[in-house]
Amino acid sequence: MAHSVSFDILEPTLESPVDEGVVHDSFSRLIEEQSHSLDEDGDCLEMQVLPEEDKSEEDLLEEDRDNVPYLASLTWDQSEQERGLGTENSRQTDPLIGEQWSYATLRVLSSMPSRTIGRSRGAILSQYYNRTLRLRRRRQSRPSLHDCPRSSRPSIRCYGVEMDTTDVGGEEHKKDKLVNNLQNLSISDRVRMLKGMPLSVVEKSELRKLASNYNGGHSLNRGQIPCCSRLKYYIIIALRHMWYSWLSFLHSLQLWQVALKRVSGRFGTGVLSYFVFLRTLLLFNIFLLFITGLFLVIPQAVHPPTHPGPPVAFTGLELLTGGGYFAHSVMYYGYYTNCTLNGSCQPTQNSSMDANRTGSTLVDHDDAKRGSHLSYNMPLAYFFTIGMAFFFTCIILVYSMSKSFRHSFRVDKPQGSLALKVFCSWDFKVIKKSSVKLQSENISTQFKELLSELSGPHEKKTVLQRLARLSVHLLAWVMCAGSTAAILLAVHYFSDYVHKDLQKRVGSATQSPLEKEASLLALPVVVSSINLLLPGFFNAVAWMEEYDSPSVHTYVAIFRNLMLKVSVLAVLCYHWLWRIASHPQELNLECWESFVGQELYRFLLMDFIFTILDTFFGEFLWKLFSQKALKRKRKPVFDIARNVLELIYGQTLAWLGVLFAPLLPVVQVLKLLLLFHMKKTSLMLNCQASRKPWRASQMTTLFISLLCFPSFVGAAVSVTYTMWTIKPSERCGPFQNLTTMFQSGKLWVQELVSNNPNMSWLKWMHTYLVENPLFLFVAAGIFLVVIYFHTQVVDGQRKIINLLQEQIENEGEDKKFLIIKLQAIHEQQRPQSVQRQNLAGSES
Amino acid sequence: MGNKQTIFTDEQLDAYQDCTFFTRKEILRLHGRYHELAPHLVPMDYTNDPDVKLPLALIVNMPELKENPFRNRIVESFSEDGEGNLSFNEFVDMFSVLSEMAPRELKAIYAFKIYDFNTDNYICKEDLEKTLNKLTREELTPEEVNLVCEKAIEEADLDGDNKLSFADFENMISKAPDFLSTFHIRI
Repeated sequence: MAHSVSFDILEPTLESPVDEGVVHDSFSRLIEEQSHSLDEDGDCLEMQVLPEEDKSEEDLLEEDRDNVPYLASLTWDQSEQERGLGTENSRQTDPLIGEQWSYATLRVLSSMPSRTIGRSRGAILSQYYNRTLRLRRRRQSRPSLHDCPRSSRPSIRCYGVEMDTTDVGGEEHKKDKLVNNLQNLSISDRVRMLKGMPLSVVEKSELRKLASNYNGGHSLNRGQIPCCSRLKYYIIIALRHMWYSWLSFLHSLQLWQVALKRVSGRFGTGVLSYFVFLRTLLLFNIFLLFITGLFLVIPQAVHPPTHPGPPVAFTGLELLTGGGYFAHSVMYYGYYTNCTLNGSCQPTQNSSMDANRTGSTLVDHDDAKRGSHLSYNMPLAYFFTIGMAFFFTCIILVYSMSKSFRHSFRVDKPQGSLALKVFCSWDFKVIKKSSVKLQSENISTQFKELLSELSGPHEKKTVLQRLARLSVHLLAWVMCAGSTAAILLAVHYFSDYVHKDLQKRVGSATQSPLEKEASLLALPVVVSSINLLLPGFFNAVAWMEEYDSPSVHTYVAIFRNLMLKVSVLAVLCYHWLWRIASHPQELNLECWESFVGQELYRFLLMDFIFTILDTFFGEFLWKLFSQKALKRKRKPVFDIARNVLELIYGQTLAWLGVLFAPLLPVVQVLKLLLLFHMKKTSLMLNCQASRKPWRASQMTTLFISLLCFPSFVGAAVSVTYTMWTIKPSERCGPFQNLTTMFQSGKLWVQELVSNNPNMSWLKWMHTYLVENPLFLFVAAGIFLVVIYFHTQVVDGQRKIINLLQEQIENEGEDKKFLIIKLQAIHEQQRPQSVQRQNLAGSES
Repeated sequence: MGNKQTIFTDEQLDAYQDCTFFTRKEILRLHGRYHELAPHLVPMDYTNDPDVKLPLALIVNMPELKENPFRNRIVESFSEDGEGNLSFNEFVDMFSVLSEMAPRELKAIYAFKIYDFNTDNYICKEDLEKTLNKLTREELTPEEVNLVCEKAIEEADLDGDNKLSFADFENMISKAPDFLSTFHIRI
């Protein structure tokens, strides 16, 4: 819009240009007039036109030193007349100009705003000036800032004219404006703006100094500032210092900075993503541990229950089975009591509670109140700690997932794959010589592949070939699905067998407890070995299939492995939550929760042991074998997808187990710490960088989503199911005597209401919102609707982006058209001088 | 702690913290690295802004840059004289832009400078050829290079002037999710 308007009026004024300055004067005058007439409504027009205007104005003057190499290269082009800068472009084909650019046109061309961004200081300053202005306008709601943009506007209007006077003064002026604007921003905005400016540190710190100095001067000029505002400044400064020290503290917490640098230096972004994922998991577990430790383990450990289980000697096998010595420790659910902790858990209270049976917590609580003020209701704490832990984990997960989505999936589709490859494929992190070499080889093969796709049309496959292909794929899928199903059945029957076997063992008291414990290890060993071996089988099948694109290959492999792991976990959950939890008396279990906790501990540990074995045999021995026996130079490649899936599997186990064994995160943390160092060492010793391209950011997003969707959601669903419907053990744990764990919350609400009648709304909320499934359905429905709207919005944005892209192309055409017109006018005006100049150019 | 005081004043460190993506500790570490490059040239005391510049040859020898095909261009784009002599401030600038925290916009500006070999503010075909040869270690034939350059310009050029201006470049970069993570050097 603005372009066309300015052009119409530009032409008549250009009829008699004496110098460039005149042209630009008329330009700014025109804009001035427009903005006067439009007045208040002219805001947006002004924002569109003026910035460009003063940039070009400014740069025209400043560009004198800049355009020397540009001119030189252009004249070189003209004389060479070979493939160079602009010989093959559309300008040459244009009959109007060809290569005959006049000096004045070149000056206009070289001062276009788009080509000075990031180059000349003045352009950057004015760009950021506009940006700060925009930021301030957005905050116009604040009364103190409200007037500033208004009052400064007239000076922008005459800005273009002022610029013509002096070069240096202009930049100073611009800088003053920028400083002025920076001051009016809040401190955090100012710092963010400063950090993002493409200026050197010296210039930035000068700007910063000016901005903060002026602030000080400003306040001094006013004379007396009220005491409270001075106090406010001090507080702000103190807070800022605190914030900085907190930031640097956080930064020092960044684990394994050096190790990660070494890994990325040798293997690039792909392998790095595995280790970063591992670190993320570690932080999740530390968070979980922090919550459970603070609210469950420490209170219970300080007040140990009065009748712990029978004393058991430490044998060493416990480390593997998690039973025996550990069985009656703070590690498992069964150790936690259902009384209110205050000072000490008196046995009298316990007996009174036993007598009271249902509703005992109520009485118990009253007792506790009489006893002391500090009371800690353990069942409630247990219920809420687990609930809160899951809730916060969910929030963090969703947040990091959305962040990662924002980074990796852009709204518009990537088109220019070749140009992107040229500029974005180099991984600047890689610093090891051989890896650098591998990377450039990798890139050149990718280019060759892309070129072959571009040049030669695809060789048509015959119907027979395609059929063969299809049948191979079909066969592969059938094989994978069949093996998964077979494995599932095997796990199901084996767990059934183990269960029956255990029942028999319980019946016969002849066997030593040690043997009994050891027999429990059979199921985890079988499952872990399946998890280890079957992916190998899947890999072999995928190798048979010969996928064309490596990304499809990766996705298929991930999907198959995921299918296996999810279904195995589902069978196991069935085993624990139905077979064991609903008939604990069959196994003569006093506390089935503790038993399930132990099972999960065993699975977690076995998973770890098998990962160690896999690392040792799969990476170390395989490397030795292929180098010594096969005399090949190649080392094994680190399989990122499989390793990440193993991590996700382990994490699912840990989440499942938190309810039954609050200290399970400790095991997981230790496991992850060991795993990090082991994998790093093995990687450095045995592996080489992969030849396949790895789309790191998309894969990271995929992994986070996998961690969220089947893993976390699955664990949360089964934990919620356990809390909601399964009857907890009658003689142990914090929820004994209750029909479900959920009831403890209900009892608490009842108790609150009976103690304090004002809280009756809480009861109402509880019955209608928590217990009534309708509310949950409605909430979920609303959530889905919101998601649907968001996808619609994204869809609309995509369309707008397409429109805008078309518009950019049109703008480009307009620009060319304008330049041609401009050139034509100059030709008419000074044909003689142009000719002479061209002659001089071609001679040199 | 005493060491900290002698290298930079608190004021300087604050300024660095506000103007770059580094914390105090990292600035001190960067100074250590800079000092390491030429211990006899770089003073330990930076409180009065000594005017010291290290030549390109020394900086390019850092392990972080040594194997990078664009090392000379990186250093040149951050040096004020355009010849690759870096003062400490410019050194900090360089790693600040290449750090993890720098926004896409800032990275794009400097990436554009790096790929603009002849500093004419456009990425033209020559620049593309040079970039490609550095990327692939001249393993592509001249015809292939030519073809890739033509296609790449065709794809990314929005305004049809057969070379990439910064606007074209930025638009293209915005479609590459991996750019942020790959245009990053850990120090």
